[in-house]
Amino acid sequence: MLSRRNPQLNAHGELIHLLSVEGLPRAVVEHILDTAATFLSVNEREVKKLPLLRGKSVFNLFFENSTRTRTTFEIAANRLGADVINLDIARSSTAKGESLLDTVANLSAMHADLFVVRHADSGAPYLIAQHCAPQVHVVNAGDGRHAHPTQGLLDAYTIRHYKGDFTRLRVAIVGDILHSRVARSDIHALTTLGVPEIRAVGPKTLVPADLAAMGVRVCHDLAAGLRDADVVIMLRLQNERMGGALLPSAGEFYKHWGLTEARLALAAPDCIVMHPGPINRGVEIDSAVADGARSVILPQVGFGIAVRMAVMSIIAGNEA
Amino acid sequence: MSVSSLDAEALYGELLAGVRRLLPPGGVLVGVWSGGAWLAERLHADLGLPGACGVISSSLHRDDYGRRGLAAGKAATRLPFAVDGARIVLVDDVLHTGRTIRAVINELYDFGRPASVALAVLVDRGGRELPIEAACAAARIELPPQQALALARDAAGRLSLAVEPRP
Repeated sequence: MLSRRNPQLNAHGELIHLLSVEGLPRAVVEHILDTAATFLSVNEREVKKLPLLRGKSVFNLFFENSTRTRTTFEIAANRLGADVINLDIARSSTAKGESLLDTVANLSAMHADLFVVRHADSGAPYLIAQHCAPQVHVVNAGDGRHAHPTQGLLDAYTIRHYKGDFTRLRVAIVGDILHSRVARSDIHALTTLGVPEIRAVGPKTLVPADLAAMGVRVCHDLAAGLRDADVVIMLRLQNERMGGALLPSAGEFYKHWGLTEARLALAAPDCIVMHPGPINRGVEIDSAVADGARSVILPQVGFGIAVRMAVMSIIAGNEA
Repeated sequence: MSVSSLDAEALYGELLAGVRRLLPPGGVLVGVWSGGAWLAERLHADLGLPGACGVISSSLHRDDYGRRGLAAGKAATRLPFAVDGARIVLVDDVLHTGRTIRAVINELYDFGRPASVALAVLVDRGGRELPIEAACAAARIELPPQQALALARDAAGRLSLAVEPRP
């Protein structure tokens, strides 16, 4: 078939799963960001809880560990009134040899309404979305090197919060792009929202040349990559995903690619510095920058909760 | 009164008189997004009230969220006063099942405990499914359940009412 329907959308074009930012219509992305803005203002209320997911069960299925992302999903689901069940799946069923789909079938029998899935294999959340019951929704919380859509969306939200308009921005994504699902999701989100210039900046071993096909300017020179940038997104050096010796050492990486105050001076004076966390001080970013006036790394975390609330409440309200 | 004779501008005059009687000293207006908010803004100006009126959205407390999805985003609640102890007059365009008003009262309570809440509407069209009544309605009519009454506002700010099939 020439074109298959996007598995994330129902026949009315409404979001029912969030698997990847790739292929999402701009209107859907903007609806998520607008909804997140509403949820951010809920923090100013006397009652900070909403009943949208009351009576629903959200299962956190983290086949790969991530305390931080799991916690933000948990907080988001709690704020929406859901019952949250955290499964230490990496150490239980999978270790006993159960297949992914059997695990999901079992959990569905426990009346799960929404699965938040992180998996080391790219595509695992798609597989679950294809095989789960029609009333069950799936959010990809990171699959292999493929996608981390809620991070891409919260990065877009952060940029919109500080910059307002996407259509005049120069965004530099710096570091280990090869292993980064965040970079891929950022690129898709920002391209969809109309950012005219996205630069992928890093050493040749960590910035694949085929990124140019995504409409990105590949840059193997840090100074050129940072010059006049409005937004600098630093990525963590993903030691756990590096099979071969792609780099001499973390110290060597910092020397050539670490973001210091001196290097940041090349960027636009009002630029913002972002990082999906956890940050490695003295590896990809200097403490002076991470804690500096242009860093928005901690506000990103708060926006992340609002964006995850938006995603969960939108998909749970739409029927397959 | 028949549906075809519903002149929104004439009814607005009735509503203004009703709200003038209903609004306690120091009371505040809160319009239900979107039609009720247009009315509340205009009432606020015509009554010469201080500050700004409130706007309230039902979207985060709707009971049909599971069927109709989330409409939040553009419809954000803005209450530029302390809800605790406030004497509030809610303003909406059309009162039908009462479910929107139920959701809006829940939303209001997320911000505090008002001293009192009254309801003023342009049109009460009957068909209530909850024990909610308006203290002031500029018109009361009976409309079949499959029909909806929609308030529109043109570029010049003139209001009009039209009957549409219910979504």
